[in-house]
Amino acid sequence: MIFLWAFLVGGVMCVLAQLVLDLFPVTPAHVLVLFVVLGAVLGGVGLYGKLVTLAGAGASVPLPGFGYTLVTGIGEAVKVKGILGLLTGGLTAAAGGIKAAVLFGLFAALVFKPKA
Amino acid sequence: MADQENTQRVRAYQELVKSRRPSKPILKNVIYAFFVGGAICEVGQWIQWGFMQNGMTAKEATSPTTVVLIGLGALLTGLGWYDKVVKHGGMGGTLPITGFSNAMVAPAMEFRSEGLVLGVGAKLFTVAGPVLVYGLSAAFVVGLCRYLLTGVA
Repeated sequence: MIFLWAFLVGGVMCVLAQLVLDLFPVTPAHVLVLFVVLGAVLGGVGLYGKLVTLAGAGASVPLPGFGYTLVTGIGEAVKVKGILGLLTGGLTAAAGGIKAAVLFGLFAALVFKPKA
Repeated sequence: MADQENTQRVRAYQELVKSRRPSKPILKNVIYAFFVGGAICEVGQWIQWGFMQNGMTAKEATSPTTVVLIGLGALLTGLGWYDKVVKHGGMGGTLPITGFSNAMVAPAMEFRSEGLVLGVGAKLFTVAGPVLVYGLSAAFVVGLCRYLLTGVA
């Protein structure tokens, strides 16, 4: 079942993003920023967690999942370290993804040449 | 009087321009976004399932899945294939984490001629920079609100 929900939820989220892009005078970068912030807010009120339970990668692969990761990381860090967790939790939880993105990004940019 | 007439004429002209402008194929864009975005998430779900077969919980498997998808996004961008995914899929290609990876690699490749520091190093963060700035800030504000309201975040 989770495979079906992953497709549906992931697809619908991309549809919403496409509608924002087509109906408002914004660039894709604006849409990405908006959706990360939305993911953080929805994660904060507990809704995004339910979506992740339902749809798995359908909710964690689109960019709002990144905002959700940051917020849940803060939640876990505050439990352990108290208020300092507000500063350390987000990046700790997202560290793997961010570091992978920088490393793979640098590697790809050095190895490959642009086509056009 | 003349002013009013002018304003009217300008307005009529703007209406004309608006009616002649090719309308965005919103329905087509949305359908492509749904299937491309859904398919990428489906691939992610299979990768996550693969990690879970090796004894990880769904939550533990999320981070390595993200890493694999970011790697795939960077590789496909380097080969010039991911640009086609974005061209047809629109936000269906851009919103998944593979598209985030694409948004880092594509400008870095393009501006390589401007050097390793201000070309590659800086352009990697053209899109990732704003996403991190506002994502981290929003997460902090949300966490702070929860901390103040509930005592835990």
